[in-house]
Amino acid sequence: MLPIGSAAPEFALHSTPDQKLKLSELKGKRVILAFYPADWSPVCGDQMALYNETLKFFTKHNAQIIGISVDSKWCHLAFAENHKFHFPLLADFEPKGAVSKLYDVYDETEGEAKRALYVLDENGIIRWSYLSPMGMNPGADGILDALEELDKSK
Amino acid sequence: MTPLKPAVSSADHIQGNADAPLELVEYGDYQCPHCGHAYPIIKKVQEDLSDKLKFVFRNFPLSEVHPNAFAAAVAAEAAALQNKFWEMHDILFENQRALDEVSLFGYAKKIGLDLQKFKDDIQDQKLSDKVDNDFESGVRSGVNGTPSFFIKGKKYNGNWETEPLIKYLKSQLPEDD
Repeated sequence: MLPIGSAAPEFALHSTPDQKLKLSELKGKRVILAFYPADWSPVCGDQMALYNETLKFFTKHNAQIIGISVDSKWCHLAFAENHKFHFPLLADFEPKGAVSKLYDVYDETEGEAKRALYVLDENGIIRWSYLSPMGMNPGADGILDALEELDKSK
Repeated sequence: MTPLKPAVSSADHIQGNADAPLELVEYGDYQCPHCGHAYPIIKKVQEDLSDKLKFVFRNFPLSEVHPNAFAAAVAAEAAALQNKFWEMHDILFENQRALDEVSLFGYAKKIGLDLQKFKDDIQDQKLSDKVDNDFESGVRSGVNGTPSFFIKGKKYNGNWETEPLIKYLKSQLPEDD
């Protein structure tokens, strides 16, 4: 994973079929980058579904969460509509996995992003990261602890 | 691994021996099919371990995917105010496909609640706050989906089908038990 204290690399990926989101557009906000393997894993234990329920805790800390997987923008659209997501899912689709590779969280064997989290501060500096063991949904507690630490260090 | 926070207290819904050597906490959602699957398993586990086990249920409604889960959780909290939390907890899991408002009142009647008091209580902000607090405590404790279990204050990520769960719980008993 990229080292703590380094600048998060810039990227631009589709957030909807006709819109792209650039990381630098989010300057001034903290950003949680949640890389995950694939859309459509089982509902109740799904990591993105959990974050959709914990958005207000992130907002309280001025943080925007973004999900990133190698699924296409159309797949994300269907997944987000089906689950009523209120945060963007970015399609790391073409070239496949380029941003996941840039963030050193690409699983070459599976051809998917690993389950990995980065918390960036308001200036786009990486302040916390976590690589989840295979098949484990990391939950939101680590993210919230990291955001609280950022509040303290202000 | 994040420990359970806050620890179990008298503010929780506790079933079984309060001084039991084993404590099993479930974060659950009344509309979640996996929690529905866990419901009879927990009953069997409780039966098997009897007074060696204390069972606690905390609310973790995933409201976006389960639109009736929050109201069901509030209904159980309202039943608790009439000392019938577990009766409501059980009837909700036994009927988790019908958790609309009319059904909730039907269950309240069936378990013998004072319906006027139930109606007033479910509108009380305090009960919604209680459900929200449970949810937040779950998030902070590392709940990553439902059901999530904590055994003696630590998140249990193992298999929770009846046999492996009982086997694990027994392995956590102090030696002299």
